[in-house]
Order: sequence, then C-alpha cells, then structure tokens
Amino acid sequence: MYQYDSYDQAMVDARVEEFRGQVARRLSGELTEDQFKPLRLKNGLYLQLHAYMLRVAIPYGTLSGKQMRLLGDIADKYDRGYGHFTTRQNIQYNWIKLDDTPDILADLATVEMHAIQTSGNCIRNISSDHFAGAAADELVDPRPYAELLRQWSSFHPEFDYLPRKFKIAVIASDTDRAAMRLHDIGIQMVANEAGEIGARFYVGGGMGRTPMIAPVIREFVPALQMISYAEACLRVYNRYGRRDNKYKARIKILVHEIGADEYRRQVEEEFAHILTLGLEPPQAEFDRIAAFFADPGFESGLSDAVDRSDPDFALWLDQNTAAHKQPGYAVVVISLKPTGGIPGDASADQIRLMGDLGTAYSLDELRVTHTQNIVLPHVKKADLYTLWQKLDVAGLASANLDLISDIIACPGLDYCSLANARSIPLAQKISKRFADMDRQRDLGELKLKISGCINACGHHHAGHIGILGVDRKGTENYQLSFGGSEAADTSLGVITGPGFSEDGVVDALEKATDVYLTQRSEGERFLDTYRRIGMAPFKEAIYG
Amino acid sequence: MKILTGNDLGSGDVVWWDGKGWSRDVNDAVDVGDAADAILAAEEAARRVNASYAIAATQTADDVRPAHIKDRIRALGPTVRLDLSLRPGDPDAAKQVI
Amino acid sequence: MGDLLRYRDDAATGAPVLALADFLAADNSVAVRIEPGEDARALLPHLGRIALIEVSFPAYGDGRGYSSARILREEGFTGELRATGDVLIDQLSHMTRCGFDAFAPAKPIAADAAAKAIATWPEVYQKTVDGRSPIWAKRHGG
Repeated sequence: MYQYDSYDQAMVDARVEEFRGQVARRLSGELTEDQFKPLRLKNGLYLQLHAYMLRVAIPYGTLSGKQMRLLGDIADKYDRGYGHFTTRQNIQYNWIKLDDTPDILADLATVEMHAIQTSGNCIRNISSDHFAGAAADELVDPRPYAELLRQWSSFHPEFDYLPRKFKIAVIASDTDRAAMRLHDIGIQMVANEAGEIGARFYVGGGMGRTPMIAPVIREFVPALQMISYAEACLRVYNRYGRRDNKYKARIKILVHEIGADEYRRQVEEEFAHILTLGLEPPQAEFDRIAAFFADPGFESGLSDAVDRSDPDFALWLDQNTAAHKQPGYAVVVISLKPTGGIPGDASADQIRLMGDLGTAYSLDELRVTHTQNIVLPHVKKADLYTLWQKLDVAGLASANLDLISDIIACPGLDYCSLANARSIPLAQKISKRFADMDRQRDLGELKLKISGCINACGHHHAGHIGILGVDRKGTENYQLSFGGSEAADTSLGVITGPGFSEDGVVDALEKATDVYLTQRSEGERFLDTYRRIGMAPFKEAIYG
Repeated sequence: MKILTGNDLGSGDVVWWDGKGWSRDVNDAVDVGDAADAILAAEEAARRVNASYAIAATQTADDVRPAHIKDRIRALGPTVRLDLSLRPGDPDAAKQVI
Repeated sequence: MGDLLRYRDDAATGAPVLALADFLAADNSVAVRIEPGEDARALLPHLGRIALIEVSFPAYGDGRGYSSARILREEGFTGELRATGDVLIDQLSHMTRCGFDAFAPAKPIAADAAAKAIATWPEVYQKTVDGRSPIWAKRHGG
C-alpha cells in the first residue's frame, strides 16, 4: 500500500488547517453560506436532510486495517455509530456537526486519510478495480497509476472550478470491475505490440440524467505521458464544457455535442503543447510509487485445498470468494447486504472488526467496492473457514455476492436532500421478498441497482435490473429498467414502461424473474436472456 | 399554513420556527403568514439558522404536517432508522410521514 | 472595483484596458481584458507589446480564467496578469499558481490576509507556471 512521505503529510495537514480557518470564518459570519458551500464541498461536507454529511475519500478503494479501524472510531466519536460505504468507494457519515469537522479531518490525517475533493466541481476521488493487486486476470496493478493521478489531481490549481464534477477510474484488466466506461475519464492500462505499458483513454462516460458510455479517445498513451494527456483532456473540458446549464455541464455532453473526433483533435493539439512543458513526473517517481504496491509478502507453496464439510461455509465460499493470482490465496468479499439491511451501512463495531480481520487475515489490506461491499484481497485459503466464522458472528457473512439481494442503493430520500424517493426501504423489501437463498442462487447473477433520483448515485442505468425513484405528484413512484451493465459489456438499461408503487415494483420484479426462469437457456444469466429475447415477454408479464 | 424550517448552523440539526426561536420539534412550528422573508433574512443574518426556507403545512389536532414528503422525513428522521429519529418508540412513525 | 493587490516590482500601466475585440482592432494598445468565453490564444501574436492582461471573473465558480492565465504564461507572457471581478480570498493561492500576479477583487481583500492565503500550500503536487518545484521533482533531487 502507498504510504505518505513528509510531503504528502504536509499537504494533508495544510488542508486541515485551511478548512479549520474556513469553518471559523463561516461560524463567525465572515463567510456567507453561498461563499462557504464550495469550500466545504471540496472537503466532502454536505448539508443533507437531517444534518451535515461528511464523505471521506478512500483513494482507489484501498485501505489498511488501521485506517479501517479509525473509520469505525470516527463513527462512534463524531457520528451515531455507523457509516455508509458508497458507490465511489468512499465512506459517508450522516450526522456530522460543522464545528467537529476540522477535528475529524485532523483525526483522519493521523492515518493518512482525508476528505479532499470528495465533492465539488473538481477532480474527485480516483476509483479503481477493487481486486487490484490480487486479481488473476490483471495486466499490471492499476493502483500506482491511480496514485500518480491522485497526487496530480490533488489541489490542481487549474481544475478546481470545472463546469461540473469529474470522475476518473483506472483499471488494468479486460474484466471491468469499476464501471470504467461510465466515468468522465476511464483509463485501462494496456500493453502495446512492443510490450510497453500505456493508458487507453475513454472520455465522456457517465450516468446521471443523460447516461453515456465513454468512447475511446486514444488507444495508447505511453505511461510516462499519462498525466500530460489527462491535463490536456481536462483543459479542453475546462475551457469548452458547457457552463450555461448545470445539467449539460458534464464532459459527456461536450464530447457528445462536438463529437469524439473533434474532442480528440482538440485534446491532441493541447497535448502536443503540454508535452513541451515538462509536466510529467519522471520514471523514478513512478517506480517509487509502484514499489509500495509490490506483492505484500505472499507465502509460496500453500495448498489450495479447502475443507467444505460445513455446508453453510461452502455456500459462502462459492459465492463470496474469487480467484487470487497467488496459489493458496483467495479474494474474499464481505457482503454489506444482509436480508432486510441497509445496503452499504456498517456499524462502528463491524467496521473495526473488518479492520482487525484485514490485519489478521489479509496482509493488513482491505478494499471498498463500488457495489458497497468490502474486500479482503489476500486471504490464505487455510484461513477461510476461521474467517467466515468470525464474519458470521458479526452478521457479515451473507453469501449473496452478485445475487439479487446484493443491491446497490443510494441513501435516497431517507438521507439525501436531492432525492425524490426513498431507495433503502425498497431495497429492504426486495431482499426480504427474495430472502430464500436457494431461490436467489437459482436466479444467479443479477445486479440490481436503485437510485432515489435521476442523479443515479445508485447506478440504476447500469443494473441488469435498475430502479429509479421519482416524485409523482408528491408520491414516491419507481421506474423499472432492464438490460444495463457496468462490466466490460457496458450497456444502459431500458425502461420497461409506466412506473410502480413501492409494493408494485417488488411484484413486477418477481414477474420478471419468473419470465427469466421460464425462458432461460443453459448458462444464461438474467441479463443474457433479456438481451436474447428482448423486452416484450417481460413487458407482457409485468403489465399484461 | 406557512412554516419555516432550516438547519442549525453548527450542529446541522433540522429546526422549525416557533415564533421566538428555532425548535427541533415540527409541532412547535407556527404559521408565519406574510412574514417569512423578513424572519428568514434576519435569522440567517444572525446565523441562528442555515439553509432556511418556507414551506406549506397543515395543522391538525395532533400535529403540524409539512405538505411535502421530504420535509415530513426531515421532521422525523430517516424512516429506516427510527431508533435515530425523533420518535424512536413509535413503530408506526414511518407510515405516518409517507 | 476594490483595492488592487499587486505582486510585481514594475509600475502598473495607466493605459486604458480594452475589450478583446477592440484590442485586436487597434494596433498600439498595451492593455486588454478577456472574458471567460474568449480564447486567450487570440492574444499570442501580440504578447510582446502587452503590459497588462485582465482576466475577468464575473462569477467565482467559472474557472475558465485559470486556463486562460496558465496558457498565457506557458506561451511566455511576462507582463501583468490580473484577475478581476468575483475573486475570493480562498482562490488566491490557485490563481497565483496559474500565473496571476495581480488581483482586483470586487470585494476588497486585506493585503495581509491575501499574503497568508497565497502561502496556503507548503508544497505543490503539480508543475505549473509559478516556478515552484513540484513534490515529485523534490523527491528526486529536483
């Protein structure tokens, strides 16, 4: 894992002091709320329905046991004993007091964490593959590149007042676990014919009210020009992105309106200029960063055998673990989606426990997934049963990864001031309706994603089944869509038809899954069947 | 009736204008009639409230009910964590605000 | 217009500041103002004779002027680069990093507070046009 040196620490410490001063100026009246708002947002502080909310950055979703434990302590010390893991691989606290915030940031800084640029019209937390460094299928570890981008984007003086927020994801395998093409910039690290590593830039993807899949803007940017190319992409956007309408201000609209070819032409022109300026960190700096992400001392010669005699354990093992690149190890996903639970929420005790288990069983490393679960990336197969028992006691052993109850849900109208409808109660109802695990396993991989408004924090466009909450004359109403995907076969969902009440949408879901069970061919997932047979049979079952 | 709401600047708590100051309890809210803008301007300037606005509501025998679901949820707390709401002992609280 | 904050040793020009179109139409003007939607690169053929470029910020949230400033410095402009309009104290450090060396904020900013704000960051992650050595260079002897 990356570790701060005195430079990184000085920057984070300076930020804490800057924000302490800004909060004092707000409380004294020197700053109005209008003036203070962009400043607090750049430190992740929102004013939500019930209180201030603080979003803490977890760069590329990677954190140590100690960092995770501190996140639990913050939940107890400054909040109400829990936190919410988000689709940006971050954590949010819902009950924060403005006057506590500088102290929280100071606490975070003691473990090399912060809330820098987790909101506002700037470059947000860089996200990545939550299996990075462990996945059997990756070309290289994408995180050194993500860290390079993190440093470049932190307090970038030119790009702090962009037309709109800006999200970057970096992956390095053909299996996309980060919804890469649904980002403002999606980067896939690839090798050219000479075997050199470079970055393929996809620009102009995103969800929100106008979902778009990013086109390739450049097939191969040499690794040592990646920062310069990103700088060019951002400069063109900062200068020419729309500022007349906040709903058309994301880069996807710019790329769409002028076309990928014209955007590429402008970027290439700017890139040629920027290459003359020497802005790129040298190879030695990349090597310094990459050394932190070297394999964390895997043992060799370990057995791949796992005792499956406990049937409950075997079910969890099959559902919630993934192949590791190192023999004798597995990647474990801890589901934060118990039946009837709040997707992504974890109590302070659970957070600390996960931190402890990460230290004890995963070489002191954890990950946050964009699907609101937690990963222990490096677990010895010999430890899996013990680990599972400890998770089970804490209510963290739901064996439902990628099943219908592994629901992504935004906070919705229970917490969020932008929401039009509640998301969480619907997720709870669905997980209860489909509580029978045999039934869930029979339905197989089914990615269900719920957003409580058109901003799409719940990624509903990319759900095999997506649900969007809307406000219909003061009543919550839910639109259903099928056919989205955020994986390598990225696609956007299509709305089934008229919306439903909360109970109505659960009934409709059941009818849709029945269609799938009747019509599926061997080996097909819900998504595959939908793509093959189309909307009509589903529509007939739901509305007929 | 027209009532005023906002958040406490320091704590972020949801508050309602009770005629003299800001209460945590929506049932303390009073009808401000045409005085909304004047009260909000003065209270914001004095930093006794933040992000304040006026909403429509109805006064029933038992309580004050904001017209919009968003403000009813603000008045209660998250419907999925009633233990953290202003009516922790009332299992029907969520149904009543929807 | 509030008080001018200026971090240059030379004397400020007293020449009238022309809008971009007027400047381009004249052939002897030495001071020009560009608006957020105007292309700073239109000034490139004339940089040698310009003493002052005002970059207008009608609203603090419109960040196009940061790119304008940086481009002008990258292209070798050494005259006064002045941010005018809705310029707030919390923006001074980033503006300085983008090459501004004078500020005419609509609401005055006290000189000592401005100096403190400009010094917010002990180090910097990016190489820009302010001459500061970025962290990545310092790490490797730069």
